[in-house]
Amino acid sequence: MENISFKIDGRVCSAEKGQNLIEAAKQNGIFIPTLCHFKHLNPLGTCRVCTVKNNGRTIAGCTVNVEEGIDIEVNTPELLDARKAILEMMFVEGNHFCPSCEKSGDCQMQNLGYETGIRFTRFPHLFVDRIVDARPERIVVNQNRCIKCKRCIEEVRTNDGHRVFNFTHRGNNTVVGIDYEQEAKLSETQAEHAMHICPTGSILVKGKTFGKPFGDRQFDFGPEGKMIPLKEVKKHKTTNKKKRIATTSLAGCFGCHMSMLDVDLGLLDLLEVVEFNKSPITDIKTFTERCDIGLIEGGCCNTHNIEVLREFRKNCDILVSVGECAIWGGLPAIRNTVPLEDCLKEAYLNSMTSEKGETIIPNHEDIPKILNKVYSNREVVEIDYHIPGCPPNANHIWNVVKHILFEEEYSIAYPEFKYD
Amino acid sequence: MKRTGLLSRLWEFQNNYGYISENAITEIAQELNVSKIEIEGVISFYHFFHLKPTGKYIIYLNNSIISEFKGFSKVKAAFEKETGCTFGAYCKDPLFSLFETSCIGLSDQEPAALINFKPFTDLTPDKVKLIIQQLKSGVYPEQIANNPKSKIQYTPEESKTVFFRKYLLGNSLKKLKTKNPEAILKTISNSELEGHGGAFFPTALKWKSCKESSDNKKYVICNADEGEPGTFKDKALLNNLPGLVIEGMIIAAYVTGASNGFIYLRAEYKYLLKKLENTLLEFKQKNYLGKNINGIKNFNFKIKIIVGAGAYVCGAETALIESMEGKRGEPRIRKYFPTDFGYLGKSTIVNNVETFAKAARIIELGAKYISSIGTKKSNGTKLLSISGDVAKPGIYEIEWGITINELLQLCQATSPHFIQISGPSGICINNTEFNRKICKEDLICGGSVMIFNNFRSITRIIENYVKFFKEESCGTCTPCRAGNQILHEKIKKIKRGICTTKDLNEIKEWGKIMQLTSRCGLGQFAANSFMMAIDKFEDYFNLKVAKCDDNCKIEFDMQSAVYDYDNLIKNTQFELTE
Repeated sequence: MENISFKIDGRVCSAEKGQNLIEAAKQNGIFIPTLCHFKHLNPLGTCRVCTVKNNGRTIAGCTVNVEEGIDIEVNTPELLDARKAILEMMFVEGNHFCPSCEKSGDCQMQNLGYETGIRFTRFPHLFVDRIVDARPERIVVNQNRCIKCKRCIEEVRTNDGHRVFNFTHRGNNTVVGIDYEQEAKLSETQAEHAMHICPTGSILVKGKTFGKPFGDRQFDFGPEGKMIPLKEVKKHKTTNKKKRIATTSLAGCFGCHMSMLDVDLGLLDLLEVVEFNKSPITDIKTFTERCDIGLIEGGCCNTHNIEVLREFRKNCDILVSVGECAIWGGLPAIRNTVPLEDCLKEAYLNSMTSEKGETIIPNHEDIPKILNKVYSNREVVEIDYHIPGCPPNANHIWNVVKHILFEEEYSIAYPEFKYD
Repeated sequence: MKRTGLLSRLWEFQNNYGYISENAITEIAQELNVSKIEIEGVISFYHFFHLKPTGKYIIYLNNSIISEFKGFSKVKAAFEKETGCTFGAYCKDPLFSLFETSCIGLSDQEPAALINFKPFTDLTPDKVKLIIQQLKSGVYPEQIANNPKSKIQYTPEESKTVFFRKYLLGNSLKKLKTKNPEAILKTISNSELEGHGGAFFPTALKWKSCKESSDNKKYVICNADEGEPGTFKDKALLNNLPGLVIEGMIIAAYVTGASNGFIYLRAEYKYLLKKLENTLLEFKQKNYLGKNINGIKNFNFKIKIIVGAGAYVCGAETALIESMEGKRGEPRIRKYFPTDFGYLGKSTIVNNVETFAKAARIIELGAKYISSIGTKKSNGTKLLSISGDVAKPGIYEIEWGITINELLQLCQATSPHFIQISGPSGICINNTEFNRKICKEDLICGGSVMIFNNFRSITRIIENYVKFFKEESCGTCTPCRAGNQILHEKIKKIKRGICTTKDLNEIKEWGKIMQLTSRCGLGQFAANSFMMAIDKFEDYFNLKVAKCDDNCKIEFDMQSAVYDYDNLIKNTQFELTE
């Protein structure tokens, strides 16, 4: 075994010749995020999250074997952004509803989202209708969450060496297909192995989900002391002595408001320096004065939401999307893969509780019209800051508000940064 | 059956039964001792294989941008009207099945379609009506098909012509007798031949690497999977000079020591199969293929034709190799060159049709002759396929260094405005660049030149490209698979008139990320034309977008957001009053 030396971001590292770059970097204390890379598997090079530069040329890090003298760039601003962008692409391409996902907290993709500090995606969510396939004997495959990393395809085989999964179709229609016959031959342990190697919650074993409670999950706490920096908040100048905050809940569940109340005693401190204007907390229905911060919970699912949101934009200096629904639609956006007509018919005409032969979908000029899909607030007005979470942690909200009001440097502790 | 025979086996089923049934899949999976999903994965990768029954006549209508501008939608409607079938649907019609397909190499005769892989060109609704009537009355497609021959519109003066000059079978091969492989390689190297498929990798380097490999088996593959929209120059070579291409392959085998060769022919050119097979037979009869070729001891080489099944990405050499191995045509990771680890893991050279033909001419005419033509860095001539808004579309053999202006005059373009060089994954140019020269020093071109006039919508052009890449991406890596879908969303925004300058900037930023991180050339170049067009046709895009500053107010389209609801409510209320 020959030891060689090479450089990562200018730092001299040493490793065995021909070792996989991801492993070699790890040994030298440098973390290169990956999703498809999986120990003994041939380098797959599918997810592209580990994109690095090798002597100036971009390449998937997992496909590089270290050689004497190679010069690797990992954490340049360009590459960090590209990596973040790829993760964001995964989030918008699939339908990743973290709060309702069994793998949440144990999901490697979600964890990388935290690591890279993704608060919202720069790309529009595609909301493609994808199936959840429960036909297999032991497992359920949820195509909404699949990122096509190929791990299961390469790793999961029956005892006689047959593949259980394989890509089918191509282009934007590519999916991981399941061979039901082969799947039935898997033992319980093999099926669980498939679930564990899936970097998202796409492969689940029937009856084995929701194994661990909140707080016990793999990525609940992250590396100790790890902080996610607050960035991208606009510098804010006001002359008001007493700052004003307004809040509202659009297409949300009021959970984020509950979380705001969880600020607890902090609220008393807050009330000394701020006053609440239009807000469900104060029950003030219309803006009486211009506000410094508007906290928006929920996305836009009807015309009324749009009007309220526009009003907030008009009356607030800084708008903050609070929670997943406000940021990209969240749970209400589950309907975005289904045509509106089907949604309403299911709700009012064909549901188990609707009258037989019902033909009327309620409609009145006072009832806001339902939009063709749930829109994120970003699609309607300019949003200045995003607080992820379902609901966001109270400390997270509190820290952001403090940061904006008093221009305090602050960052969010890892366990307080969540999508669920 | 070996796995490598999978594609031809699947073709058997497809040809005999019109689709590949569940039973067929089971049978093949058992034979190969793999799971059924693996076979299904291969079948569904190629768009000429079907998992559901099709009619007696399968019609593939080309939906490339050239076709679109020459009347695609009318022809499409005519096909649907005359057959009563819908495009892309597996209706139970026993006679017809209709599908759209990417460029079929007939851009000079669009709109064009393949009916049971026989070419039908210059289609109009009237023509369609007639064709369908004839087919219904029992006429065979081959009886009424058109000649797919592309017109060779231009060749330089005879002393400067390389490809389309007099061809005598075996002229280049005769030289092999007196020269050893090293000398032949030296000639190729002296001529500075580069891959004419579009990558322009030095051919001699590739051959040398294969020659030096210690593998006991080596392969020579001719890449006849010319899928770049707007290209049909390889078809012209295979049609007019199949022998020249084969001679090039034999020379490559002589240099590298390979004993097996393959021509990977795209299914769209299946009508050339017979001709190629006959040419191969002729070569065998003259002892230019087989054992002790041309009397050279121990020089054994044979060539087999493999027919592709409809996948643009298989034009990438590693994807092509995967496809030949009976797998999904996914490009391999960039770790080895095929000359290190190619077909079945052995040293393999993959060259384009034109490269082989040129190699044969170099051996025949000498490196000096070739080097005296063209520019300093680009030797000899290049075949261009010109299509679009020109009076004389077709094949042009040009001397490297010709200017776009000269080219436009030759092909009699009418008010050219937007020119696409090297196909959608190449680059686009505007009229300030028409004095640029086609050569390595300035504007390199893989062979496709699509010329669009003033009246053509640039949005439509770009949309066609994006849709093409979205469908033809192999789907393996994230930036290409998701990126093209995301770019398509932007196009939709431009079309709806709610695009801002911020959107245009985002397109450029996002395109860069695709370039940076995609696994193969397809993803790396997919956003190129879109990004370039935004800069090069600034005036056009400025009219399309609303200007905005950093704090730009986003236009929310309330009308379209409530359209569905209004419609639905209108209908349910109507039922009530009834």
